[in-house]
Amino acid sequence: MTAPQMPTARRAFIAAAGAGVAGLGFTAIAPGLHLMAVGGANASEARKAASAASSNVRWGLLIDANKCAPGCTKCIDACHSENGVSEKLPDPRQNSQWIRKIELVDRRPGKTQGHTTQLPMMCQHCANPPCVDVCPTGASMKRADGIVLVDRHTCIGCRYCMMACPYKARSFVHAPLTEQNPEVPRGQGCVESCTLCVHRIDKGQQPACVESCPEGAMTFGDLNDPDSAIAKRIASVPTTQVRADLRLDQGVRYEGI
Amino acid sequence: MKTLNPRHEEGLFYLLAAIGGLISAIGLAAALYMEHSGHVVTGMNNQIVWGLPHVVAIFLIVAASGVLNVASMGSVFGRVLYKSRAPLSGLLGLAMMSGGLAVIMLDLGRADRAIVAATHVNLTSVFGWNMILYPVFYSLVAIYLWTMMERRMNPYSKVAGLATFVWRVLLTSGTGSIFAFLVARQAYGSALLAPMFIVMSFSWGLAVFIVVQASMYAWNGMTLPPLILQRLKNLLATFIAAVLYLTAVLHLVNAYFAKNIAFEYFILFDSEFAGSFWIGQILIGSLLPLALLFHPATRSKALWVNIAALLVIVGAYFQLHVFIIGGQAFPLDIFPGYDVKSSFFDGAVDHYTASLPEILLSLGGLGIAFTMTVIGVRALHFLPQDDIAELEAAVRITD
Repeated sequence: MTAPQMPTARRAFIAAAGAGVAGLGFTAIAPGLHLMAVGGANASEARKAASAASSNVRWGLLIDANKCAPGCTKCIDACHSENGVSEKLPDPRQNSQWIRKIELVDRRPGKTQGHTTQLPMMCQHCANPPCVDVCPTGASMKRADGIVLVDRHTCIGCRYCMMACPYKARSFVHAPLTEQNPEVPRGQGCVESCTLCVHRIDKGQQPACVESCPEGAMTFGDLNDPDSAIAKRIASVPTTQVRADLRLDQGVRYEGI
Repeated sequence: MKTLNPRHEEGLFYLLAAIGGLISAIGLAAALYMEHSGHVVTGMNNQIVWGLPHVVAIFLIVAASGVLNVASMGSVFGRVLYKSRAPLSGLLGLAMMSGGLAVIMLDLGRADRAIVAATHVNLTSVFGWNMILYPVFYSLVAIYLWTMMERRMNPYSKVAGLATFVWRVLLTSGTGSIFAFLVARQAYGSALLAPMFIVMSFSWGLAVFIVVQASMYAWNGMTLPPLILQRLKNLLATFIAAVLYLTAVLHLVNAYFAKNIAFEYFILFDSEFAGSFWIGQILIGSLLPLALLFHPATRSKALWVNIAALLVIVGAYFQLHVFIIGGQAFPLDIFPGYDVKSSFFDGAVDHYTASLPEILLSLGGLGIAFTMTVIGVRALHFLPQDDIAELEAAVRITD
């Protein structure tokens, strides 16, 4: 379904073009941090302190839209409670939403026309994330295990990543924050999005949304491990990557759409 | 034309510098307020993430590069008419670039992290390239001005001019590429945007130059020689027509792609941006100036040429408003073939109204550019001085 070669080539091209510009102006530019892959990791194990995330693992989510119940917001409540996303600004368009429920009505002619579907939408944790490509400081980054994150210390709040994300997955913190979760630092003037509950994953736990879903509509696991529940399910039923035409190779997959 | 007496002239200079300084200071205060309160005090939100400050900043940055066209015509292409105008074009380039960068940097969510932006450069990001493009632009233009204004350095001005010319083409390609390298939104993601921004810069930069030059001539009680007026007017008309052509190509090609028809219909006919496009960008910013520049009753009159240039600047604002705000107002097509709705306003057209702090910050950028120009032209020798005999001889040769 996916062909990641093209986006990778695109990234390499942009980097080469950028290096060309740099070469015209400067003789050398610090290339920034590289996340090194060390050791193996297992979906059921916590990551050891001081060890780097491993590229042997690709964390992913499979969401069964058929099971997602209309009106249920348990995943949203759990996410926002876990991550301390609680602000309610006068203009709701300025509030952060790390995860949201989208209601879809099929308008394609045919048997499914008019069919309604619900699904939770969040950062899709792309293998070739446009937000990472466009971030001027490298604050927007992809961890070796596929989780796309924002480094709070280097995000300058330019919002270019929000322009680049095809899923409207990112929010900008528009006002001062209070009552933060110490494990999930957030910051006024920075961009943020679903971290796949990286702080829980590193402790060997599941993302809060997955744990909270009463319908069991969300499966979390290692896409690289053929024996994981998520990989088995993806191998056995038709699943979709949203806007697969962009070939971003998302870690979040859907069934039932 | 009457000249001001020196005392009044000095008083007027201080008054203008003070007004410019005050507007700049108010802009800075607005930025501090936004920094302290957060962007909650702006009209921007999680869908329209770039607003009026970006419209104004990008205008200033694009025009800053384009205004150097005048210098390039003189130094790189050896046109006598433009040579005496090169220093003024360099000054305007630096002044507008400063105003534009100030606005864009002060609008950052974390403007205090400018040093992070300078020390952490991601080369896959067009914004990252800017960390190189802008400082080198400043250095090259400064060196170029030095080679023009310091007699000993004159022999190097052609090389410096050439380097500046190449660099500003790269820089404006970068500005267009900010939008070209976006896969997400239907308004952007076209390779045409890089060359289009370059042509836009020619048009807007020359328009600014014509207006500033007219003000300086009026200040000094001088009249622009008709020969120069005619040349500048013809050049401006060419650039306006070129922008119009590229605009038509961009929209026609986009409208041919079935996936973009809804967006094109939205931006051209069925939104608050349609009026800005047809009346602001096309009529006021393109057709009216073209008519003024070509109509026998107006084309040789300095006043009407200046009005045409002013209309180009007004049109530039509308063009960027439609392009930047309109491009974001249209919802992302996350699920093609479906109607969507959510608590995050998926599938909904967004609306944006700039708040007072944003307006003041944007005016502050204009204030910075204005103040730098006023002080620059007063303190240094920037008034174009033409040797008419030399000019006429050169024109005879090139014609």
